[in-house]
Amino acid sequence: MRLSDRARTLPESGIRKFFELAEARDDVISLGVGEPDFSAPWSARTAAIDSLERGKTSYTANRGMAALRERIADHHERYAQSYDPAEEVLVTTGASEAVDLAFRALVDPGDTVAVHEPTYISYGPGIELAGGERLTVPTRAADDFALTRESLEAAGAADADLLVCCYPNNPTGATMTDEELAEVAAFCRDNEIRVVADEIYAALTYGEDHASIATQPGMRERTVVVNGFSKAYAMTGLRLGYALGPTEAIDAMNRIHQYTMLSAPTTPQYAAIEALDRCDGEVAEMVEEYNRRRRLVVSRFNEMGLDTFEPGGAFYAFPECGGDDEAFAEELLEAQGVAVVPGSVFGEGGEGHLRVSYATSMRELKEATDRIAAFVEGR
Amino acid sequence: MDAEREVLDVLARNAREDIDDIAAQTGLDAAAVADAIDALEADGVVHGYQAVVDWDRVDEGKIRAVVEINVELDRETGYEQVADRIAKFPAVDALHLVSGDYDFAVEVLGENMQDVSEFISEQVAPMPAVTQTVTHYIMETYKDGGIRFEDGDDDDRLSVSP
Repeated sequence: MRLSDRARTLPESGIRKFFELAEARDDVISLGVGEPDFSAPWSARTAAIDSLERGKTSYTANRGMAALRERIADHHERYAQSYDPAEEVLVTTGASEAVDLAFRALVDPGDTVAVHEPTYISYGPGIELAGGERLTVPTRAADDFALTRESLEAAGAADADLLVCCYPNNPTGATMTDEELAEVAAFCRDNEIRVVADEIYAALTYGEDHASIATQPGMRERTVVVNGFSKAYAMTGLRLGYALGPTEAIDAMNRIHQYTMLSAPTTPQYAAIEALDRCDGEVAEMVEEYNRRRRLVVSRFNEMGLDTFEPGGAFYAFPECGGDDEAFAEELLEAQGVAVVPGSVFGEGGEGHLRVSYATSMRELKEATDRIAAFVEGR
Repeated sequence: MDAEREVLDVLARNAREDIDDIAAQTGLDAAAVADAIDALEADGVVHGYQAVVDWDRVDEGKIRAVVEINVELDRETGYEQVADRIAKFPAVDALHLVSGDYDFAVEVLGENMQDVSEFISEQVAPMPAVTQTVTHYIMETYKDGGIRFEDGDDDDRLSVSP
């Protein structure tokens, strides 16, 4: 069948190759997984089951169930974000749909969209599908991969129409403080740049609470915030996310959403209501466990001589392996059966690093870091 | 969170963690972890370290019963005195004073049912303060010490994902 140019030219994800290499072996300990090793809280799962038993299998409102949108708006007060559940919240099929809708609603053909890298791999293709042009803004290990005004200026982002801002960051685990975000916000205001802020890891921070660029002065009206239930509530497979933003942006996104998705899946919306009502304690326990693993992993990498800055969020560490990170990752998999993802997969600035996910059990983390230490020593 | 609490949280999950690993997980140095453990033990917060055992999977395993005990107190005999006498029996694995319909909940561990029955009828029931006992043998254990007794879930996540 003849395929569209758009489909034919969309590149294969760089992560695919490592997935195939790792899947080919059955003795692999994987530190390459981008999702929690926990299951969704049981009470959230039972709420989903109950809803099925009660026959709740029809569509919901395009924007998502009102009861859910109200809880989402309440929940975001903790990040000093204030949105009207009737007009400024849109429930989506995963945060991925929210990102896609934001691009489609905000990007005209030929618009420039600035993306800091290394970062999550889906923004580039999403921008391309919306007809935009991606402008890469490399972040630096020296800044612990925070986005700075200097790096935005150096990359020529002053001419950008839109900026994608993903903190806490996948793959680096970097977070940004209010002070650091203030610089970026000033740059956006000065140059009339709108922002898509992917804050899917907001609940997973260690130490300082999550800071959102949308709460900087003058930023709320130019920012669409994306979040969801996948990472905080270990609900990746239930595919439920949402967008928060000014009415005109959410209206536009909803207009696309009503034709392409109609509504987010119903069953997970019931799980999400329960998650927001009663699962804070379980999230806190998961965060404590991630934090213990984070400290162990960071200290073990530093001990074995792979410099690793202290990541403030998400569940990734980003050690420096020096040189060719792809070769390092392939040889490590071959020699020791440990899968990590080479940093260069996540774009400019990622080379010479590895993304190490600590969303795996403490026992496996110890075994894996022992094996990596043996590999580094023998190299 | 203070150091002792951080160390306690790690030990409560896995008492076999060694000092260096606890140090790495909490961000404390090894000496501070050792001090915290000493303090937890000295203060009677941590009383011991045991394995969580599924005795049903052990040949010649053990049987466990939960026994409800009602007591009658008098001027010389309070709960403390009764508890002290019951707790001294090695067969008593756990002993709690509880609210509700009875006074003590006792977990008894024995070689077999007869062993446990004899212990209750010959040692516990005749105690002057004890007015009634109800013995519940544990038929199956699904979870103990916060740990599910089941064959481990396979990790069905994709081995590498973005």
